[in-house]
Amino acid sequence: MRLTQGTFSFLPDLTDEQIKKQVEYCLDQRRAIGIEYTDDPHPRNTYWEMFGMPMFDVRDPAGIMLEVNSCRKTFPEHYIRVTAFDSTHGTESVVMSFIVNRPKNEPGFRLVRSEEPGRTIRYSIESYAVAAKPEGARY
Amino acid sequence: MTVNATRETTAGPAAPAAASPAPTVGAGGSVASVLADTGVNELLLELDRDLIGLVPVKTRIREIAALLLIDRLRRERGFSAGGPSLHMCFSGNPGTGKTTVAMRMAAILHRLGYTRKGHLVAVTRDDLVGQYIGHTAPKTKEVLKKAMGGVLFIDEAYYLYRPENERDYGQEAIEILLQVMENNRDDLVVILAGYKERMDRFFESNPGMSSRIAHHIDFPDYQTDELALIGERMLDVMHYRFDDEAKSVFDEYLKRRIAQPNFANARSVRNALDRARLRHAYRLYSHPEIASSDEALTTISAADLLASRVFADAGPGTETAQ
Repeated sequence: MRLTQGTFSFLPDLTDEQIKKQVEYCLDQRRAIGIEYTDDPHPRNTYWEMFGMPMFDVRDPAGIMLEVNSCRKTFPEHYIRVTAFDSTHGTESVVMSFIVNRPKNEPGFRLVRSEEPGRTIRYSIESYAVAAKPEGARY
Repeated sequence: MTVNATRETTAGPAAPAAASPAPTVGAGGSVASVLADTGVNELLLELDRDLIGLVPVKTRIREIAALLLIDRLRRERGFSAGGPSLHMCFSGNPGTGKTTVAMRMAAILHRLGYTRKGHLVAVTRDDLVGQYIGHTAPKTKEVLKKAMGGVLFIDEAYYLYRPENERDYGQEAIEILLQVMENNRDDLVVILAGYKERMDRFFESNPGMSSRIAHHIDFPDYQTDELALIGERMLDVMHYRFDDEAKSVFDEYLKRRIAQPNFANARSVRNALDRARLRHAYRLYSHPEIASSDEALTTISAADLLASRVFADAGPGTETAQ
């Protein structure tokens, strides 16, 4: 099952050319680009690992792509996303993020039903990959 | 089942945005129309006006500009036009304008449409080389990332290589530099600068570096009249001027100063002028009655220059460079 998270989640994966264009746009908006990776793709897992510092003073997408590619090389079977941080006073948060790398095989999510008192059922989802293996060996 | 966690408030433009930033010229573009389009002529004129002397440097910049223009025309007509390698090395004596030209180079290449952003990142050995194992690569890469799309200027590049210490990390920085200079040729321009002999020795021990740099530009020493002109420019910027007598005294000063050791071209001129300003200020300070007019405040007279040690002792080699 293909994971969809973040901006452009319903589009096919962006090509490197398209990633460059998006990064160019973010840099023009004076946003700082960060690169993050994880092997726990649960939608409520907002805290992915940072790959290096956010790049506050990089001016050109070529510099960002260097880092994206070095992250892909280090974690070829992880989810990797590019985040754009807007430091404008009052915003000061990540305003855009999109996935730039994903594992070859994505097993997807299981719907977990738990019985609660009074025949109530609570639902949650669980990633098959996360349930099967420990961190670092999942994909 | 589809999981969608879009929480972001703003999105970028639609993904396949395909607007080319480069200004396009009609299919029948001629040299004249491209020239007018890019404003290269004004750029070269400006360069001629602002920089005194430096003929080989200007010639090379003109050639590069011409090449980029012609390449553009060729591309429009469907001939192959691979991006030329523009890594450069500036070598010359102290004070010949290497750093000044490098600063301008970033703007020039941007206006010629070669670099995308036109900023300049100036670094020295400290910014590239780390202090312990594993520290150098991230540091160098950080700097290279910053310089992407612009110009990376490495001042006194020969310090990167220290042959006397075989465990020096400079070599590591050089290797990363070489790799990026080769692979990201379209993304950044590297300019090395340094004194002539030391740069030559640096290239001897790093032939890979030498062969990856297409343009080795020598900065010649300035002639006396050029230095006098530079001095006047500097004074003009600082809102000072020489009176008639001071002008000829300054020429004489230059002649004597050039003969002395540690002469650093334009930098020596700047230092001489700074010292003349000190004496000028002190002269006005000790005679407050003459300091009232604009004339007095802006005019450097012969006495301010004649007090220099260069005149005090005619024998060469007495004044140490300051």
